[in-house]
Amino acid sequence: MSTELPPGPAGLVLPSYRRPAGVHPALDFPAYRSSLLRAPKRPPVPLAQGLTEVTGPLLGAERVRSADADLTTGHGGEPLGERIILTGRVLDSGGRPVPDTLVEIWQANASGRYAHGVDEHDAPLDPNFDGAGRCMTDSAGRYRFVTIKPGAYPWQNHLNAWRPAHVHFSLFGRAFTQRLVTQMYFPGDPLFAQDPVFNSVPDPAARERLIARFDLGTTQPEWALGYQWDIVLRGREATAFEAEQPR
Amino acid sequence: MSLMLTPSQTVGPFLAIGLPWPDGPFVVPEGTPGAISIGGLVLDGAGAPVPDALVETWQAAPDGSFAHPDDPRGPGPGAAGFRGFGRCPTDRDGRYQIITLRPGALPSGDGGTQAPHVDVSVFARGLLDRVVTRIYFPDEAAANAADPVLAAITADDRRATLIAAAVPGSGPGAFRFDIRLQGGRETVFFDV
Repeated sequence: MSTELPPGPAGLVLPSYRRPAGVHPALDFPAYRSSLLRAPKRPPVPLAQGLTEVTGPLLGAERVRSADADLTTGHGGEPLGERIILTGRVLDSGGRPVPDTLVEIWQANASGRYAHGVDEHDAPLDPNFDGAGRCMTDSAGRYRFVTIKPGAYPWQNHLNAWRPAHVHFSLFGRAFTQRLVTQMYFPGDPLFAQDPVFNSVPDPAARERLIARFDLGTTQPEWALGYQWDIVLRGREATAFEAEQPR
Repeated sequence: MSLMLTPSQTVGPFLAIGLPWPDGPFVVPEGTPGAISIGGLVLDGAGAPVPDALVETWQAAPDGSFAHPDDPRGPGPGAAGFRGFGRCPTDRDGRYQIITLRPGALPSGDGGTQAPHVDVSVFARGLLDRVVTRIYFPDEAAANAADPVLAAITADDRRATLIAAAVPGSGPGAFRFDIRLQGGRETVFFDV
């Protein structure tokens, strides 16, 4: 099979990425108070995917050390809290693994406090935890972090508002269209029902995809609880070229 | 096999813990010949600066190439030290700035040409998903006039939100591009 792409009308055959209809939150979501003055009011203008959109930064390996995937080390001692292993695969919606892509995470400490000057929650900082991690996915798209389970914390969105425990994730994929920033939650959290960020995702089934799965197989005896969470980025449409291949 | 996508969630107010890179704003190293700066303010619907946003940029090299296997034209020579990607958190005054090279023009799928541009993602507390916009250059009038993306935005004042301004008195290499998330002069954002 030739790998040479036949010339299109302009001699340019590009992959295209499926649009994520109905999956992501609407930007204009008043229950999330911070959106009131920040969410654009006009509908976004459709942009045909061109060279800039179907390419993207393929980087990270040179800026990641293996120790960056373990948030419990690198300080004077061990952080307080429940040690966890957080692992899963980065896939595209076609089921293909996304290898060699940078995954960045950040989170609160076990008592629900971020190591950030803006966080005024009256809970202790932990001198042994800064809450930032990064790693590259392996050839099967797998990532793996060792960290501690973050605590829930109060915020000012509404009376008695509390964020469910979560870990922030940032992913690049391989194209500008695949860029994703999201949050991973823990199973069975009683705070889901009152959290506007979690509930900003319109489809209840899609919300469930933000929740990691406790996994005894990932759990290491006498050491750490294991959670599995797969992340699915936008996949490529079959190109005209692929569609024309004999089956 | 078809898998359902993972939904977006807001980057929240504490992105500074995990996302800024010391060299993030430098798409090329400082002092690179021909380097330009692009910077400005991120503003909310009340015109107040957004001090906790993250601005990311992605663009072609000056020769119009991308170091990426999905560019069917193949890799171009690019430019030494050129990463294509920039990342800058806003400061307490809502300011961001990247140092880069001018992107080249690109062929568009319909046989036309896209004017030199930089794709931009903005993340912030209050944004449940990123917003995407484009930076075009004020001294590319002919190329901008022929650009299919700009041409599709018929209102002059809307189209103008996508074109950076030369910074007066700063020489040829300094551009200002403010991003207004909301309001009467709201920046044009794209659904990619």
